[in-house]
Amino acid sequence: MKRSTKQRLTHVPLYLVLLGVAAFLYFRTDWAAIGANFFAPEGMGRPWAGEWGTWPDLITIGAFNTIKYTVIAFGGGLALAVVLALMRLSPLRLYRWMGTSVVEFFRSLPVIVVVLTLAFGVPIAFNWQWPGGSIQAGLVALILVGGAYMAETLRAGIQAVPKGQTEAARSLGMSSGRTMITVVLPQAFRIVIPPLTNEFVLLLKDTSLLFVAGMMIDQRELATMANAMTVQGATAGTSTSFTQAAMLYLVITLPLTQLVSWMERRQQRAR
Amino acid sequence: MKTDDTTVAAIEIRDLHKSFGKNEVLKGIDFHVDQGEVVCVIGPSGSGKSTLLRCVNRLEEPDSGQVVVEGIDITDPETDLDQVRTRIGIVFQQFNLFPHMTVLKNLVVSQRKVLKRSKAQAVEVARKNLAKVGLEGKEDAYPAHLSGGQQQRVAIARALSMDPDMMLFDEPTSALDPELVGDVLEVMRKLADEGMTMMVVTHEMGFAREVGDKLVFMDDGVIVEEGDPAEMLANPQHERTQAFLSKVL
Ligand SMILES: Nc1ncnc2c1ncn2[C@@H]1O[C@H](COP(=O)(O)OP(=O)(O)O)[C@@H](O)[C@H]1O
Ligand SMILES: [Mg+2]
Repeated sequence: MKRSTKQRLTHVPLYLVLLGVAAFLYFRTDWAAIGANFFAPEGMGRPWAGEWGTWPDLITIGAFNTIKYTVIAFGGGLALAVVLALMRLSPLRLYRWMGTSVVEFFRSLPVIVVVLTLAFGVPIAFNWQWPGGSIQAGLVALILVGGAYMAETLRAGIQAVPKGQTEAARSLGMSSGRTMITVVLPQAFRIVIPPLTNEFVLLLKDTSLLFVAGMMIDQRELATMANAMTVQGATAGTSTSFTQAAMLYLVITLPLTQLVSWMERRQQRAR
Repeated sequence: MKTDDTTVAAIEIRDLHKSFGKNEVLKGIDFHVDQGEVVCVIGPSGSGKSTLLRCVNRLEEPDSGQVVVEGIDITDPETDLDQVRTRIGIVFQQFNLFPHMTVLKNLVVSQRKVLKRSKAQAVEVARKNLAKVGLEGKEDAYPAHLSGGQQQRVAIARALSMDPDMMLFDEPTSALDPELVGDVLEVMRKLADEGMTMMVVTHEMGFAREVGDKLVFMDDGVIVEEGDPAEMLANPQHERTQAFLSKVL
């Protein structure tokens, strides 16, 4: 017997196990229930029906808000991350210590605890209201947590820029601040684009936690909207809206994660 | 702001000491380069040549002693270091071009940001210096697309674009394939002929002999011997110099 044939034969039991599990699941599954609940024709089959709780609303309100919140949290987080990373690399011990404290603090807490504390704890403590409503508290929480994570990524990126780059810039008479802005940061950002894109995807998924802060109807993002649609609208009483939300999340994140792995492969080849 | 007073040395170093932790790398160096002079520094690896060169613009912080550049004590905390550094061009072994900028941008950026030159003027100076190192037409290339020899010549042009009073070279050809060394040395020779003040750490004994006005041999953190290059290479006085030269010649 040829070696490859023999090898293929040893795979046969593996395929049989898989086939068995698949057959078991197929016969035990209530396909009718899945069809009616997760793929109700009111939601799935009539894409542009116009009633509340079908595709158009889910996209123009839910997906739109999800992307909006992600962009705000990512943009704010990145700005914060630059400040925190520079603090952590500062020659002043006090700055290093403060940067480290903020980063470690917000990386250690569950996002939902930060959201709840800012949305409810802070207003009670200081008898004060968020001017933009509690959704603003949630966004600030995402900025803080996202900023803490991205600060670490960025710090690693800054440190990965060869020392010779700084030395060349300084010996051309650039100040240390000018060197950072003109020479180091642009190269550091290039290094950390893949991990930052991952952070973008994580933040996008974390926007689904914002509902605990409470939000107006037109502020709902994808997950919250899908949840509301299980009790109200064309597909009420079914789980179809979750299927739709899941499809929309995939449509948004899959290209991004694919982009990241493409960039990482390209970077590896460049080495 | 070039001083025309030729009695002031370009570089004057007195009793310079520098340690990294417990490792004393410079053990009391007295060294000077006159204006218009080309001084070559040789010595075994680890003898402190790079550290000495880097102390001249305080990329390394000296522990004690004085470093005086054109009459200005750069170890004085009052000295505007960035201003002094614009007068000292440095060329590194590893080129250290900015990889995210085109060749032209590499030459223009510090003229614009540090010397506050207009864009037109900075570009004109950059083109002039690119032509000088034989790389006209490479303005839009990125460093990664150039050979090592071309990159090093861009680095020289970048330093020259700041119109420095002196140029320091730290083993500028050591990272190059042998067939690319000649072009770089040719550019340096031309600079010397134009009267540029130069301090060159090198292993190129031919260059030191033909271009250098003075040769300095360093070993183990001290200057062992210095003198006329041709004489010293043919007839080294000190035992350690003899031992080193017998290995490299
Ligand atoms: N940044 C540094 N930190 C610690 N030790 C250093 C550093 N730079 C140089 N040294 C040490 O100083 C000594 C002299 O180095 P260097 O000046 O680079 O010598 P050379 O250029 O003559 O080869 C070496 O022993 C080297 O290991
Ligand atoms: Mg060296």
